Amino acid sequence: MASITLPNPGVLAASRAVQATTEQPWVRWSLIAIAVAFLGVFLFLPLAIVFSSALERGVSVYVGALREPDAMAAIKLTLIAAGISVPLNMIFGITAAWAIGKFDFLGKSLLITLIDLPFSVSPVVSGLIYVLIFGLQGLLGPWLAAHDLKIIFAVPGIVLATMFVTFPFVARELIPLVEAQGTEEEEAALTLGASGWQTFWRVTLPNVKWGLLYGVILCNARAMGEFGAVSVVSGHIRGRTNTMPLHIEILYNEYQFAPAFAVASLLALLALATLLAKTVVEWKARQQSTELQRMSGEAL
Amino acid sequence: MRLQLKQKSILPGFGLALGFTVLYLSLLVLIPLSATFLKASSLSGQQFWHIVSSHRAVASYKLSFGASGIAATINLFFGLIVAWVLVRYNFPGKRLFDSLVDLPFALPTAVAGIALTTIYAPNGWMGRFLAPLGIQTAYSRLGVVIALTFTGLPFVVRTVQPVLEDLDKEVEEAAASLGADRWQTIIKVLLPAVLPAALTGFSMAFARAVGEYGSVVFISGNMPLKTEITPLLIITKLEQYDYAGATAIAVVMLVASFALLLTINLLQAWSGGRLKRAHANELPETAEFEAAR
Repeated sequence: MASITLPNPGVLAASRAVQATTEQPWVRWSLIAIAVAFLGVFLFLPLAIVFSSALERGVSVYVGALREPDAMAAIKLTLIAAGISVPLNMIFGITAAWAIGKFDFLGKSLLITLIDLPFSVSPVVSGLIYVLIFGLQGLLGPWLAAHDLKIIFAVPGIVLATMFVTFPFVARELIPLVEAQGTEEEEAALTLGASGWQTFWRVTLPNVKWGLLYGVILCNARAMGEFGAVSVVSGHIRGRTNTMPLHIEILYNEYQFAPAFAVASLLALLALATLLAKTVVEWKARQQSTELQRMSGEAL
Repeated sequence: MRLQLKQKSILPGFGLALGFTVLYLSLLVLIPLSATFLKASSLSGQQFWHIVSSHRAVASYKLSFGASGIAATINLFFGLIVAWVLVRYNFPGKRLFDSLVDLPFALPTAVAGIALTTIYAPNGWMGRFLAPLGIQTAYSRLGVVIALTFTGLPFVVRTVQPVLEDLDKEVEEAAASLGADRWQTIIKVLLPAVLPAALTGFSMAFARAVGEYGSVVFISGNMPLKTEITPLLIITKLEQYDYAGATAIAVVMLVASFALLLTINLLQAWSGGRLKRAHANELPETAEFEAAR
């Protein structure tokens, strides 16, 4: 180690201290190799195979697979499902964060646990519960059939199932943030004559904007990629009730591998964009918090 | 003392916000979930038991829970190494690997499913090396474990990472200066400190794997009694219009996931409590270390 070439006793002691709380180089590099190999096999390989298989039969097959009418319909339906469920769950997340993060009340931790519930329910069961209510054999089935309303094996069912599986994302991201902000700033705004809405828009929301953005991005990624729950309620009608993941499944089961991976590559790109956005948002949030610390330091 | 439902606050909007939260939660989540139990209650106890204890159902529980347990254990072991390497060491590409850890959260399960199947198929990138060794990965139980390892990968890394970051280096220095060698420090000081977080991550990965569907159906081959996971059995029953059967198995899964949710909450409370104690009382790990000696 460096201690051999640096006889200075101070440095010698320091290097020994370093050695006591770190590992020998061979241990260090073996651990790094194990970690990199594990992540490489489980994360890099799946990503690489998606893009290489998508382009295996050339760009024209790739573009053709995306411009085919059934694929276009699937992309459109995926955008509709995410376009409805993400804003609704965002409004819910903000409301829940205000109620839970800013107030103390009985049953608060129970409420938080209940909000997390959809995360622990299997996607298949998440779809099934709506079939049991709105399906032909379901509780409301006969009534819906009599009024010629279709929810299961139709778009509303797909939207409902998507809403269920993405339900906790924004709320779970925001609640701890809003809670950590405390209530002093809002109280100051109110005392200075701001209305409740003004306080919310100008004080609370700017403080948690990065967390909110992150929650929405995660919510959107899951909404566009959900497979199990949507598969149960969709009925797999080509061109009508197929979302992108369901379209991928059909193509793959028909041995149309290149087109299947072409559609999959769009979702993989979405996943990569999500990860990039996460990294940027985390960096911005850290920047904001150090700035706040600096400002409060100056105020003192 | 008077029972207070809500602490006094000058902030407005509590009633509206809580009302909307509870209403939305009930309509979207609680009422539909209870409909499952309602539907199941139309079965007699004997019918219910007959369905959930059938040969095929039990085989699917064994596979779902067994493969999830193995996958979560793999993730526990490698997750600890990955978290350690990402927090303590520097190497080229570290930031990239760190960001990629969350890929299984972001990549749709169907995409992961077809990608893993293609990789581990007998002529795939990994399959062609494993097949000559007699190891069949795709369309076997091993394939299920691989898919579940992928879906559960981020949990242990992401629960352990912040704990390792918060850990004072002084604790390790203290252990070293008291005569512990590096290995003893790791086993008796560092490991106990990250254990609650690691177990939380393990149970989260396990819970996620038990219900997983999309990434498994492509690679498993879906043979009844052999490679049929419980969520797939529910879908099979639904496709045969056996709603009662699907509901009964769904109730078993729901009860299992509620039990897991409770376990995770208890583990989190435990690890939170340990962290708080660690901050209140300086270097408690050193005390433990000495006691252990």
